[in-house]
Amino acid sequence: MNISAPDTEEALAGEVARAHAAREPLAIEGRGTKRAMLRPVQAARTLSTRNLTGITLYRPTELMIRARAGTSIPEIEAALAENNQQFVAEPPDLRVLFGADEAATLGGVVSANLSGPRRIMWGAMRDHVLGIRAVTGEGAIFRSGGRVLKNVTGLDLCKLLSGAHGTLGVLTEVTLKVLPAAEATGTLAIRVPDVATGVAALSAALGSPYGVSGAALLMEGHDALGMDGPVAIARIEDFAESVAYRLGRLRADLAAHGEISQMDGAPARSIWRAVRDAEPLGAAPEDAIWRLSVAPSEAARATESLRLAFGAKLMLDWGGGLIWVAGPAREQAHGAVMQAAAAAGGTFTLFRAPASLAASVPVLPEEPLPLAAIARRVKATLDPGGVLNPGRMRV
Amino acid sequence: MISLPAPKPEVLARRDAILADLARLLPADAVIGETLRLRPYETDGLSAYRQIPLAVVLPRTTQEVASVLRYCNANGIRVVPRGAGTSLSGGALPLADAVVIGLMRMNRIREINLEDRYAIVEAGVTNIGITKAVEGDGFFYAPDPSSQLACMIGGNVMMNSGGAHCLKYGVTANNLLGLTFVTIEGEIIEIGGRHLDSAGYDWLGLITGSEGQLGMVTEVTVRILRGPEGARAMLAAFDSVEVAGAAVDAIIGSGIIPVALEFMDKPCIHACEAFAHAGYPLDAEAMLIIEVEGSIAEQDMLLDRIRGICARFKPTSMKVAESAEQSAAIWKGRKGAFGAVGRISPDYLCMDGTIPTGELPHVLKRIGEMSVQYGLAVANVFHAGDGNLHPLIMFDANDAESFHKAEAFGADILTLCVEVGGCLTGEHGVGVEKRDLMTKQFTAPELDLQRAVKSAFDPEWLLNTAKVFPLAGNPKIAA
Repeated sequence: MNISAPDTEEALAGEVARAHAAREPLAIEGRGTKRAMLRPVQAARTLSTRNLTGITLYRPTELMIRARAGTSIPEIEAALAENNQQFVAEPPDLRVLFGADEAATLGGVVSANLSGPRRIMWGAMRDHVLGIRAVTGEGAIFRSGGRVLKNVTGLDLCKLLSGAHGTLGVLTEVTLKVLPAAEATGTLAIRVPDVATGVAALSAALGSPYGVSGAALLMEGHDALGMDGPVAIARIEDFAESVAYRLGRLRADLAAHGEISQMDGAPARSIWRAVRDAEPLGAAPEDAIWRLSVAPSEAARATESLRLAFGAKLMLDWGGGLIWVAGPAREQAHGAVMQAAAAAGGTFTLFRAPASLAASVPVLPEEPLPLAAIARRVKATLDPGGVLNPGRMRV
Repeated sequence: MISLPAPKPEVLARRDAILADLARLLPADAVIGETLRLRPYETDGLSAYRQIPLAVVLPRTTQEVASVLRYCNANGIRVVPRGAGTSLSGGALPLADAVVIGLMRMNRIREINLEDRYAIVEAGVTNIGITKAVEGDGFFYAPDPSSQLACMIGGNVMMNSGGAHCLKYGVTANNLLGLTFVTIEGEIIEIGGRHLDSAGYDWLGLITGSEGQLGMVTEVTVRILRGPEGARAMLAAFDSVEVAGAAVDAIIGSGIIPVALEFMDKPCIHACEAFAHAGYPLDAEAMLIIEVEGSIAEQDMLLDRIRGICARFKPTSMKVAESAEQSAAIWKGRKGAFGAVGRISPDYLCMDGTIPTGELPHVLKRIGEMSVQYGLAVANVFHAGDGNLHPLIMFDANDAESFHKAEAFGADILTLCVEVGGCLTGEHGVGVEKRDLMTKQFTAPELDLQRAVKSAFDPEWLLNTAKVFPLAGNPKIAA
């Protein structure tokens, strides 16, 4: 493969400008760990940000960190941990899911707007992007946002590029809001008979005043829990005294939903790492993986329809609002996912699939026509030559 | 003064015909054309600027908004969206050739779902109205701009409003699930929904805070949150701005994220105390209000820790509220800060920059020097956790010279905010007020890129024209 990985923003911008002049499409990536996400890119050349590395500014008391786009997530996590801080959105480590040897980069995680369990309480990855530097499809360097926590100056292109999968610009530097890591983590596990009961338990937990920061449903239980049926788990992260108090109150409130056990410390943290990385989904290497986002009360119906359609493997996060699905990489299964998302008034992503499937189906819901027209004009504004990641999100 | 673009003569000339057309599109009581009845719409919270619009329409449905936009687009007529008209940056200031589309009659709450924790409301529902509708069940809508009794959710979305509690709960953009969006062509588009994080481009994030440049919002699906068991405030006063700033750093550095962390300087403390009699320490150079949440025992634990941290910085006084009533007393002065300054000086400009919090001592020192140089008093309140600074510049509106000086002083402060690594506006928006300062924060190509994104939504630049972007360089506008 023809990969170029400049080590300065200027050089990277120059590469894009040349590609634009030649109308030569570029596959844009960090370390390429998520190539199997969405649709395969049709480009002979790859432009990587992997050599734009390093933390450029970190002010713990200002709750902000800035790093070049190719900086690895573990490197940033380590720097934050030294100051007892963490990523707010708890981005997943998808090395196992995508069979990648390397860890993801900051630019990749922001471009895919990937968030973990903490999203339900503290917001998505894109919510914490304070500022970006990026390169347009013509090779122009631009900034949006900045380094401060509150900023409404001008149109928010940070949000537009977060989750755009490199189709509207190449991120070269990202400034993020960060938060203190909690002193303690505790988890309640509630054995439930089915998805509906599990989601009801999670809704009760999230509707409590105790600040639940993780709410997932594991269909096959989990070894660490010693429970094998469907298990709803709810997490509290706070000062140790608060975690103890809040778990106690929550346990009493949730008693009616099923048998409850409690976990603290390292076992509690490890189970949430597993949920973050979708391990309990149990996807086989040949399976396709989808993510659906729905109102939690729609989850029972949606999961039931997917189980009937193709025996879907399932895992729920975000209080039941995020449904991870694994199943055969076939159009019939994909059709069932699209139908389930539409019936629930929600959205879907074909998260991982072989190119044979991903290239032949819509990997995201179609946009209504007037919005699709706006999207084309926005794309034409930021990438008039159509050189950035063509075909990544839509045909 | 900020200049407004020349009205389109052909639109002004067709005024009567346009009013007649609007009256055919909408119920008779929804169209206003008489000068006397247009007068209430001539300004917003930035009352130094006034302009009577061509017409005001007050639609009751999304369909009516769409038909007005379709008509204005077809006829090249500019449009100014308006919620409650509380913008402090002139975001709802009319133009002489524009139709103001006011959303105050779209004030129905359409659905509340506690299980899935959202509410669907029309754009004209007030910010506090959402919380009022769900507080009986223990829930609330988190962003709380100080105009929350009056301001409307549609305006909050367009300005991405913040508030005193966004250090913990985020701003408007972080608390939305979906929008009903109407384009200038009159197309009605559902953005997002009742779920988190739609796949595809983040239109919800782009539209939020776009100040009416991209389209109009008629319905909003907001996240609602269960309130904490309780909340309590404390006050800590210090004998210098630097020391108070160091105490803020130490609190954040300890791993505590208070739900609110407010800073007031001496002029502000004095103004608020004279107004509210909140028991503020008049000898202090700077004062912090710190609020924590949780059960009574948790509040005690957190307030003890914070008191311990503050004690290291030799506070001149500290007061921890023992009850909700004492908490309210501590907040009373801060919440009345704008009114308190209004009592000292009938006219003031409320600025809204954000700075890296570590720059606070330097910035306040420079503002003090500028205050002497301009001969205008200033009081500062500051959301210390997130760096959002609100200098209140006092002037006399009956003296044109005084107003010009106040504007220049404000511009100097915002320029300073940008120079130290901050931004022009943290939560009030650019509007007309800060439009011409945008070149301080962005390069010409960066502004052109933002303009091009606007053009993708609004090719003829009819939506809230003359706001956000400096006039020179805008397509379709004659300055």
